[in-house]
Amino acid sequence: MSQIVVESLTKVFRIAERRAGLRGALAGLVRRRNREVRALDGVCFQVGRGELVGYIGPNGAGKSTTVKVLSGILVPTSGTCEVDGRIPWRDRRAHVRNLGVVFGQRTQLWWDLPVVESFELLRDLYAIPADRFRAVGDELTRRLDLGGLLNVPVRQLSLGQRMRCDLAAALLHEPGVLFLDEPTIGLDAASKLAMREVVRTINREQGVTVILTTHDMDDIESLCQRVLVVAEGKILCDGSLASLRRTVSSERHLIVDLAEGISWNGLDGLPAREVEVAGGRVRLGFDPENVAAAELIGRLTARYPVRDLLVENPPIEEVIAKLYAGGKA
Amino acid sequence: MRPATAWAVVSLRFREVLQYRAAAWAGVFTQVIFGFIILMSLRAFAASGTADSPLSPEQLTAYVWLGQCLFTLMPWNADRSVVAMVRTGSVAYELVRPVDTYALWYCRTLGWRTSMVCTRALPLLVLVGVVFPLAGLDGWALPAPASAGALACFLVALAVGVLLATALGMLMHVTILWTLDPEGVTRLAPAFVMLLSGMIIPLPLFPDAVQPLLAALPFRGLIDVPLRLYGGHIPVAAALGPIALSAAWTAALIVLGRWMMARGLRQIVIQGG
Ligand SMILES: Nc1ncnc2c1ncn2[C@@H]1O[C@H](COP(=O)(O)OP(=O)(O)OP(=O)(O)O)[C@@H](O)[C@H]1O
Ligand SMILES: [Mg+2]
Repeated sequence: MSQIVVESLTKVFRIAERRAGLRGALAGLVRRRNREVRALDGVCFQVGRGELVGYIGPNGAGKSTTVKVLSGILVPTSGTCEVDGRIPWRDRRAHVRNLGVVFGQRTQLWWDLPVVESFELLRDLYAIPADRFRAVGDELTRRLDLGGLLNVPVRQLSLGQRMRCDLAAALLHEPGVLFLDEPTIGLDAASKLAMREVVRTINREQGVTVILTTHDMDDIESLCQRVLVVAEGKILCDGSLASLRRTVSSERHLIVDLAEGISWNGLDGLPAREVEVAGGRVRLGFDPENVAAAELIGRLTARYPVRDLLVENPPIEEVIAKLYAGGKA
Repeated sequence: MRPATAWAVVSLRFREVLQYRAAAWAGVFTQVIFGFIILMSLRAFAASGTADSPLSPEQLTAYVWLGQCLFTLMPWNADRSVVAMVRTGSVAYELVRPVDTYALWYCRTLGWRTSMVCTRALPLLVLVGVVFPLAGLDGWALPAPASAGALACFLVALAVGVLLATALGMLMHVTILWTLDPEGVTRLAPAFVMLLSGMIIPLPLFPDAVQPLLAALPFRGLIDVPLRLYGGHIPVAAALGPIALSAAWTAALIVLGRWMMARGLRQIVIQGG
């Protein structure tokens, strides 16, 4: 039984078109032209309890729109979705009690007051028992390293500091479902790791269901067993990262550092393709179904003196970029 | 929303607005000038008139100064933080709270309003009530309330006035859900609110013909009812009627605001990705 069920969800935004220039503006006063944007176009998927799903897609694909609908704050044009058997926008207050959300780029903290004041208000809004509030608050403070930030007015925080506080704010009431829309925006390496660790922990240890939207593929690689790819309001693929790779291409890369003074004279019949040649370093792409890495290396080293070799998967960014490009076609 | 939660929201917004005290000081100065101008014109007017003024000189002085103290109670403007919230889409966070959104915003608006009123009213009260008499400006100082009972009625009516101002302000905030912009409403509102509340000319000085209309409108509950009670123009014995009417208006406006908000939220498009 899935916890989140989304069925042919469609959202059409109607935008009053603003015409350029003064004449356009005057014409707009008389008659408005409407344009439709189909942000979601029949999105279907299901998420089980305790899953951690990456929700990715190019800019404007409809990720944030999905999160808004699932949070109950946007009413879709058609289609349905249920979270724990509740329709989010119809039963919003009951639905959000068990929901934590981070909308990256925005803050839920009170701008002119110390962070701790916002946390205390959340305690009141969600009626969090004092002992739970203290325990969860201390835990998050430690994990996200908020100790020095709690008494600082929010407007004085850096973007990354604020995002860490925002994540903590979304978790104080121990929600069973968590939607994160670009939570790692603006975070430095250490903060990203801390953020991921927190998400991983609450997912593994407390069984919190998480839907994570991000453009940082490291987030996806390190966290998500399952990835949903959305493009132009439609789900393009649904599966593990490995299966995503396979749908795009099974290609792997062999990185070759040629020995001193040796120059690259082309493939010369090797069953691979040149991806990149830069000085003494050559990156070859090959299909493991077609030729085993060991065989390719054997034939290569027979031809060229080689200093170093490395086999790797193409960077996930490339895979995803290909996938997006394919989805648009 | 539970009372403790409501109180937490009110006090948080109150304290947040309190951060901007410099603006309040500038406002106090403006209100002193306004007060003198209005008081001088009305006194000159009363002196030249043939008919008896509906307000005694003390009542008039108290009305004008207390009115100036309560200038920021006038619900003619929108809370910029609410406007920003809707424009940028941060309102999303208000909607994912397991509380009634109207109640949440009402408390926010109440905290904002009372914070502005306190920062403006308290220094001005000290000035016209304590400093003026000490400086020998007795004729211009704030007179004492008509009686202890009048003072009590004034305070009760003022409390209702604050709730009424908040309910009126909420109508403005709710319209932002459609317009994304308070401009249209804030162009229209000041003229109505300032005139019909008695902020510019005390309502008792309006012609008799419009008195029934003024008495029926909600704006009178903002400052006119409290100030007349203070000066004894409405005797304590007759206090209940106007106060109850203000309270009824407040309840009606809250019902209207809730209804509008429910509709507004159904069509709202949370801005920004
Ligand atoms: N309030 C709105 N009014 C009109 N159109 C909108 C609105 N919000 C989003 N859209 C449109 O809906 C589409 C999907 O937007 P959405 O914000 O869901 O994209 P996204 O996948 O989150 O993109 P990104 O990765 O850039 O955050 C876009 O084409 C966008 O222009
Ligand atoms: Mg987005």
